Amino acid sequence: MNYNWNWTVLVQEPYLEWLISGLGWTVAVALCAWIIAFSLGSLIGVLRTLPNKALRAFGTCYVELFRNVPLLVQMFIWYFAVPELMPDDIGRWMKRDMPNPEFTTAVIALGLYTASRVAEQVRAGIEAIPVGLVSAAVSSGMNVRKVYQFILLPISFRTIIPPLTSEFLTIFKNSSLALTIGLLELTAQSQQIAEYTFQGFEAYTAATVIYVVIALIATLLMHQVEKGLRIDGHENRES
Amino acid sequence: MTDNTMIKIQNISKWYGDFCVLKDCTTSVDRGEVVVVCGPSGSGKSTLIKTVNGLEPVQAGQIFVGDVEVSDPNSDLTTLRSKIGMVFQHFELYPHMNVRENLCLAQEKVLHRSRDEAVARSEALLERVGLMGHIDKMPGQLSGGQQQRVAIARGLAMDPIAMLFDEPTSALDPEMINEVLDVMVELAEEGMTMMVVTHEMGFARKVANRIIFMDEGEIIEDRPTLEFFTNPESDRAKDFLSKILNH
Amino acid sequence: MGDFDFQVIEASLPFLWQGLQVSLMLTGLAMVGGIIFGTLLALMRLSKFRSLSLVAATYVNLLRSIPLILVIFWFYFLVPLAIGRPIGSFYSALIAFVIFEAAYYSEIMRAGIQSVSKGQVSAGQASGLNYWQIQWHIVLPQAFRNMIPILITQGIVLFQDTSLVFVVSLRDFMTASSIVAKTEGRLVEMYLFAACVYFVFCFAGSYFVRRLKNRISV
Repeated sequence: MNYNWNWTVLVQEPYLEWLISGLGWTVAVALCAWIIAFSLGSLIGVLRTLPNKALRAFGTCYVELFRNVPLLVQMFIWYFAVPELMPDDIGRWMKRDMPNPEFTTAVIALGLYTASRVAEQVRAGIEAIPVGLVSAAVSSGMNVRKVYQFILLPISFRTIIPPLTSEFLTIFKNSSLALTIGLLELTAQSQQIAEYTFQGFEAYTAATVIYVVIALIATLLMHQVEKGLRIDGHENRES
Repeated sequence: MTDNTMIKIQNISKWYGDFCVLKDCTTSVDRGEVVVVCGPSGSGKSTLIKTVNGLEPVQAGQIFVGDVEVSDPNSDLTTLRSKIGMVFQHFELYPHMNVRENLCLAQEKVLHRSRDEAVARSEALLERVGLMGHIDKMPGQLSGGQQQRVAIARGLAMDPIAMLFDEPTSALDPEMINEVLDVMVELAEEGMTMMVVTHEMGFARKVANRIIFMDEGEIIEDRPTLEFFTNPESDRAKDFLSKILNH
Repeated sequence: MGDFDFQVIEASLPFLWQGLQVSLMLTGLAMVGGIIFGTLLALMRLSKFRSLSLVAATYVNLLRSIPLILVIFWFYFLVPLAIGRPIGSFYSALIAFVIFEAAYYSEIMRAGIQSVSKGQVSAGQASGLNYWQIQWHIVLPQAFRNMIPILITQGIVLFQDTSLVFVVSLRDFMTASSIVAKTEGRLVEMYLFAACVYFVFCFAGSYFVRRLKNRISV
């Protein structure tokens, strides 16, 4: 294999700056998208478990729609198709005057997509709660809202922290798709470096290491959250 | 060791971490003997029987089956195991294979019998336990008692020199226990060397030559059947018998 | 909104079909390769040899921490270098997908293997079968059967993931749609159509899995 090793490119300007900038965009997209994903996803997850048929159907449609289309296609639709479909003046604003269109589109697309996955985790968490517990709450006179507020949500959110951590990590990985609409996040920058310096191995290794570190930090963070929220004596109970 | 001794267990001890499950156990089983191992739960009787074919390793002592030292880490256990049949509490028939395949698998893959030989042997044994008509069925379609009889046939298909039984009727509904015990009694009367862990004292009284009573990992009593039942020596055995025979 | 041009979709169908074939082939081959390699990794992970277990665990955890696009870039760069000559992007992409998906399939198979009761292994051991015979005849068939719904679901995910070969311009369904969109200037029609096609495949697939699950649990 004919290859000239040169690890110093990673610390040279402008390449180091590229990496840092890329990392910055990755983190920004991931965190902003997560805010949307978590809040909207929780809402939809709850909708899917409510007694109201229409609300349940809406939740199901949302999840099925966003789950069965690849994220890449969704991103393209938001970036290329939606501005065309909007009434003329909004469309024009989106195409010309909206600040950071790549970033905004990536956040919206990623957020809405991940929301459908979060919704499924929330739904699973709520449905895993033993029926007996709900019966006990209802028979003491609690209405639907109170049952959710005091029983279903507090319990289910603790139990779904591990799968939610997985979704949190996935959103960081999926942020890489933003490069297809021109956002120079971490993976894009590593490819740039590879193309400019011909040091593909070094460039991709840098990106790999950074993603692994992100994964470790995210896992550790969620572990702390889980510890802080733990209910003593309840941890290993199988629902 | 006499020529007649099939299984010899010498001063074996076993630990799970810090917990000692077998404490310095010594016993033997001669050719044609039927030995029943009984005792309260947690006494180590299942563990004891699993050391005989090396399913559970021991940390101290020696075990011999024929002239193979089971406790030697260098021994070739697969050959030994092909000569000893084992029947489990939960039958452990392979659920994704029908009865015929369950019986033929080890015959073909371990003993390298031809397909025809294996099938012929399987059919003969199923005939013997009265289940020939079920040869194409899947285990899930059989009752517990039928599954266990198939499991016994599976063990016998290897033409073993000895059979080990680990609580063979404990997972069965009461009305099916007898059909399995009947097969085992027949086996004993034909002279098979058997080591059986069980609570079925009626069976023990009928066919066992010796009873081994265990408690907390130790062999407390190891005596001929009649003597054990009429004149147990230890308090623990007396206590156990009084509890179990008063039903 | 104006005019929705169905003509452009109709006219490009043969071209898109070529792309779809690439997507499906990539999915099928990567699934087979991923399951085989993934099962091997699962066995390594569960083996009693510490070193094998560690290697497998590191592999799986590493590949599950990084984006698929990065893995595609890695192999697009590495494979020609390692072989010494340029190789079609299909093969680089296929290798990338097998390597990536194997990590996910290995977790599925690991759960599957652990779901087979230990008694089954004991029964196999008691009749003298060796490790490989026990795995091949007794454990893996049952593990696989238990995990079929999840394996297929992962396959549906894989099918969606193949759209990412766009980043190396491999002409799959997504890239083909994008080419038509750009050359004909019909972004809305092509991307919405692409979304519909993917939706139909994936929705049908997950419906099939649901039916399968109901049949198995009876």
